[in-house]
Amino acid sequence: MAQSTSRRDFLKMAATAGGGLVLGFNWFSAKAEMPSVVSKTVLAAGKAEFNSFLTISSDNIITIFSPNPELGQNIKTSFPMVVAEELDADWKTVSVVQAALDTKKFQRQVTGGSGAVPHSWMILRKAGATARAMLVEAASKRWNVPLSECSASDGFVIHSTSGKKLNYGELAEEASKLAVPSDVKLKDRKDFKLIGKALRNVENKNIITGKPMFGLDFHREGMLLAMIQRPEGFGMKVKSVDAAAAKAMPGIIDVVTFKNKVAVVGKSTWQINKARKALKIEYEKEGNIESSADHDKIFAELLNSDKAQVRRMEGDVESAFKNAAKVIKSEYQCPFLPHNPMEPMNFFAHVREDGVELAGPTQTPDSARKGVARLLNISEDKVTVEITRLGGGFGRRLMTDYVLEAAELSSIIKAPVKVIWTREDDMAGGSYRPSVRYRFEAALDASGNMVGYKLRGAGINAGNPTRENNFPSGAVDHLLIDSIEHKSPITTAPWRAPITNFLGYAEQAFLDEVAEAAKNDPIEFRLGLLEKAKTSPAGAVRYDIDRMIGVIKLAAEKSGWGTKKDVSQGFSVYFSHASYVAQVADVLVKAGKPVIQKIYAAVDCGEVINLSGARQQVMGGIVDGLGHAMYGNLTFKNGVPDQNNYNKYRLIRMKEVPEVDVFFVNNGISPTGLGEPALPPTGGAVANAIFKASGKRLKNQPFILEEPYAKAKSV
Amino acid sequence: MANYKLQINGRTYQADVEPDTPLLWVLRDDFGLVGTKYGCGIGACGACTVHLNGQAIRSCTLPVAAVGTQKVVTIEGLSQNGDHPVQKAWDEVDVAQCGYCQAGQIMTAAAFLKNTPKPTADQIDNAMHANICRCGAYHRIKEAVKLASTKA
Ligand code: FES
Ligand code: FES
Repeated sequence: MAQSTSRRDFLKMAATAGGGLVLGFNWFSAKAEMPSVVSKTVLAAGKAEFNSFLTISSDNIITIFSPNPELGQNIKTSFPMVVAEELDADWKTVSVVQAALDTKKFQRQVTGGSGAVPHSWMILRKAGATARAMLVEAASKRWNVPLSECSASDGFVIHSTSGKKLNYGELAEEASKLAVPSDVKLKDRKDFKLIGKALRNVENKNIITGKPMFGLDFHREGMLLAMIQRPEGFGMKVKSVDAAAAKAMPGIIDVVTFKNKVAVVGKSTWQINKARKALKIEYEKEGNIESSADHDKIFAELLNSDKAQVRRMEGDVESAFKNAAKVIKSEYQCPFLPHNPMEPMNFFAHVREDGVELAGPTQTPDSARKGVARLLNISEDKVTVEITRLGGGFGRRLMTDYVLEAAELSSIIKAPVKVIWTREDDMAGGSYRPSVRYRFEAALDASGNMVGYKLRGAGINAGNPTRENNFPSGAVDHLLIDSIEHKSPITTAPWRAPITNFLGYAEQAFLDEVAEAAKNDPIEFRLGLLEKAKTSPAGAVRYDIDRMIGVIKLAAEKSGWGTKKDVSQGFSVYFSHASYVAQVADVLVKAGKPVIQKIYAAVDCGEVINLSGARQQVMGGIVDGLGHAMYGNLTFKNGVPDQNNYNKYRLIRMKEVPEVDVFFVNNGISPTGLGEPALPPTGGAVANAIFKASGKRLKNQPFILEEPYAKAKSV
Repeated sequence: MANYKLQINGRTYQADVEPDTPLLWVLRDDFGLVGTKYGCGIGACGACTVHLNGQAIRSCTLPVAAVGTQKVVTIEGLSQNGDHPVQKAWDEVDVAQCGYCQAGQIMTAAAFLKNTPKPTADQIDNAMHANICRCGAYHRIKEAVKLASTKA
């Protein structure tokens, strides 16, 4: 099942194999309403824009080519399910193949952001329905019976009056000679047989038997291995390199310096790793050399600066706060975080005279290809990218630094080479979740209504760390949201649920503070705001109020909100990355420390495609959100990260994981992605429950360094 | 450099490597047994777990010189057809997300269940606690270990 194929190979196969039905379609077409499905003649002519194919061979094997990098988000299983559903295929006869990236025709081949799903939903359905319609038509022609008497089911076309039936393979060749219909009927969702079921990952067998699939497993005959020493701290550059000792070590082929990097090249991972430690490199200052203590000062300045950029403003904020019966003000801060995918960065590159071959784990093969073409000053069509499976991404593999340096090294040493990052390289190598501090202010009137709201987001290389149109925007008459940024040599990048991974917690924890000040139940308080957004909105409302209410009520009901005597509960709800998620955390105090017992999640992501994959994404997102809120912490001394491996950087482990219960609204709305939206609400639900249990408000991550987990910091 | 003959998955493998080379890299670089994964190199994540005389060990911190004639089993050799009870349970429970940590998880679980065929939930927690899954598949890992214990 897990082969990979290039488009060129595929076209050759499609053109020469002769037998069977081949349809091409564009998984990420910009014109989602009008996806076009094209025949193999059009495909072979190379005229249509497409990035995926569906083939049905004469021996009844259905193959769906997935253009999308798979990093654990289950797309390689769930997307083909959609095609197979409309095709009425027998899932057992469907295989899924990863398509390589090798021409401009593969559009928008990227995994990152949960946006991939809604974009593709209609296209995938239409592709499957088109093939089905053609097979049914072929059968009606073969039997010479009216089309209306033929229907498809489980991989067969059946003639209703005679009971005759043919499998898809037997009809594929004839179907391929028919014109591709432009208008096909999609199924009614009540007739879905696959969508909404829990189907196992198509790659399970390969994973559990240890087949080579990841970038680090990639091998080419004659390939060299390299490790790269990068400046040890941010704001530093290489001053001098003494590589004599390293070069003299066994198995070392070369040591080359380029762009502040010193690469040690050899044939064995262990040998290059040892030699690399024998390098003598002096660094000098290139930019600001920052420590975490400096960041504290920087945040304090930014929060009081008058240079912030206004992101959204409603009403008259100043008077609202002046006339308020009560004002609540609070600050929340999060540290930098490395992505820490289990498979460290690595990439293979072979720069030859006639072109460049790249292979490895990337979420953005397209920008990797463009970047390498630019770097080497060659045309893009000279660069091919083979996508391996990704051992996690979390946003890190949206960056292309590790692809470019592999290509550059290969072009210098004129050899095929795989660059391997150690865990230390990976964790100290930058592109972090930015550190941010928020200041929230709320104005309550005499009856406890939130009439004024202010949020300032101050970030280090965070761009705009607010999401100014998120709830409670639209529900508060007088509102000001602004942001300000400090530029630092410490590099940052999108990190699973960019910005909202921390903003979600901070906002939901602050709203809990406000509800408490208003002497209102946290859920009632939010429902009141949503009611206000519905009946008299303050400016644009950029979220679906009813869907948000839907998940709030579902979470309250399933968690027994307000009815439990034995545990303390905390609530949060967040709309991000196109889905709605509400969570309730149950907390108990044991031996003076709050212990998270259980987390309930109510999720509205529209139609649930693969129930197994969907539950897994939500549970994984919650574990990730909880783990990083509790423990994640990357600090700096003089530009150098203090943590560079798992002995110093704490990731959540099995015993720290509470029970998680997931409930889907499943309302049939077009599906949205699930890789991200379950993460942002978790920290808030947990912090709010811990407050109820212990009376301590957690305002900074990681929680483990705060009361009630740690002693109060001396002031 | 020295020559080592290793007993892996019921076969003899030979490598010319330096004595301090961790078993992990000999498996991966010299023998092409890449199912065993590198995660941290310091014994802190469990991605590199293999069996040494039936016990789960971290191959990233075990020098090849210390292996001798002890029997090594890697994920590739856990079963002939991927049908070890732990592997079957992993498929049935649909554990894997990115999948990178799973070989190490499976090897840890298989050695654990051999010593503790009918584990309690706490025993499972303790046995699996040292294996990191960055994707957070812990719930299903636990469920799969439980299921595997009913299959053996
Ligand atoms: S790679 Fe051996 S324990 Fe992490
Ligand atoms: S499945 Fe990705 S690290 Fe465990």
